[in-house]
Amino acid sequence: MKILVPIKRVVDPYAKVRPSADGSGLDTAGLKFEINPFDEIAIEEAVRLRERNGDIEIIVLSIGTSESEEQLRKALAMGADRAILVETSEVYDSPSIADELAAQVNEIRPDLILMGKQATDDDANQAGQMLAALLDYPQATFASKLTVQGSVALVTRETDSGEECLELPLPAVITTDLRLNEPRYIALPGIIKARSKPLDRRPPTNAPKLRTRITRYELAPTRSAGVKVNSVDELYQALKSKGVV
Amino acid sequence: MARTLILAFEPSEAVSLTGFAAQLQQPFDVIFLTGQAPADIGAERVFVANLDQVAPADATAKGVLSLCEGYSHIASVSSMRSKDILARLASLLGGAMVTDVVSVESNTVYKRPILAGSVIATVEVLQTPVVLTVRPAGFSPVSGNDSASEAVTISSESVVTVVSQTSRGGLRPDLTRAKVIVSGGRPLKDSETFERIVGGLADRLGGAVGATRAAVDAGIAGNELQVGQTGKIVAPELYIAAGISGSTQHMAGIKDSKLIVAINKDPDAPIFQVADLGLVADLYDAVPALQALIGS
Repeated sequence: MKILVPIKRVVDPYAKVRPSADGSGLDTAGLKFEINPFDEIAIEEAVRLRERNGDIEIIVLSIGTSESEEQLRKALAMGADRAILVETSEVYDSPSIADELAAQVNEIRPDLILMGKQATDDDANQAGQMLAALLDYPQATFASKLTVQGSVALVTRETDSGEECLELPLPAVITTDLRLNEPRYIALPGIIKARSKPLDRRPPTNAPKLRTRITRYELAPTRSAGVKVNSVDELYQALKSKGVV
Repeated sequence: MARTLILAFEPSEAVSLTGFAAQLQQPFDVIFLTGQAPADIGAERVFVANLDQVAPADATAKGVLSLCEGYSHIASVSSMRSKDILARLASLLGGAMVTDVVSVESNTVYKRPILAGSVIATVEVLQTPVVLTVRPAGFSPVSGNDSASEAVTISSESVVTVVSQTSRGGLRPDLTRAKVIVSGGRPLKDSETFERIVGGLADRLGGAVGATRAAVDAGIAGNELQVGQTGKIVAPELYIAAGISGSTQHMAGIKDSKLIVAINKDPDAPIFQVADLGLVADLYDAVPALQALIGS
């Protein structure tokens, strides 16, 4: 069985990122870059599936500049078998990422595509579903539990009102949510071993066809502190005077 | 062609998108996938599918595809379900997609939050049609007369089998539409305490219950109650945070609330920097006391 995990290099999700002075971009100078945390959960889940089921090849793939090699090497250190870097400096939106991934899937032919539900930079939550549509594969988004038996995936996914369990025939696209697992700590032997694992660089199949483009970035308005009250009674009176209780 | 279609997974969603539809300044129609249509939202055509429940994304995206023909804009309220289905639909339509729209600049330019809500991006749409998921908080509903509803059939044949579904909502209002929300954090110890303290005040106020990611991860509250960047984005009239320190993650989900009240025994908790009303107190004393006062 073959699992493809597409990953994205994103700015450190815990860093404070500000728009550039003219609002045309983001100022990421001096900030660290990481694997999108939801994609990291996808890598971890693929590795756990291999630990449970055996005989699984895990391929990680990233679309981006040569800097994404850093994230692909980390994925290899976590346990992926080989990496593909679709090397490009072009700007992509979610539909064009899905287009390129679909072209790659047609060549790689994985049985399962595991990826983050969204990237923590653009928060779009589109690429996985779009990829599933292009391939006409079934999808399960927001996965919080996954088992694979033969050619069937059993997925528990989070919903607006609780959760549901879906049975999907493979091949399928599954996007990961926070509670699926906690990615492992990478030990030194893994990092050393990752250096000798294959990393294949290739150009994109097609130039990206953008459906949207970001024209401006601005800081979100922030709230300021209000007043502190001294007792529950004062709080109650304040709420009452505002007409909310 | 300049025409909007609202996909309402639940009837109330259409009402909350009327303000958004009005800002596009073009006629709009509505498909009610489940339930009955309310009568006064100002839609030109009203389609009623009358589904018992919405099928998995592969089936529903395909099922509504032909009904989307001829529309320049297709919109739903932002939710896990709408993101699941509409992103698939956008791809089938060969269209563009903008998720979590918070404002309309023109029919092709929208604003949306990125980077956990810390930055607002202006997005220009380069392709027709465009599929949008919209956060209704920034749009006030408008009313108008509807025409008679027309029945439509939506095929729900999926290759996916729904094995089981759990809905833990109960009788409380839905978090994303509630006027009042009482939320609790990790200090609530266990699910019973959480339900008694947080649930008790919420019920007294006729509100919904929310929780932090820490409380959900600790098994104190169900995942569907999680408020924040990776959970639900809420915008109630009143948000009461009990025992919540105010992580960036949580703040991203509550900052559109009209009035934020924080009750926390740590005077330095970051939540006090955004709360309109703050009370430094032990939640075990303060929350039941507040509940008693509201009931008196």
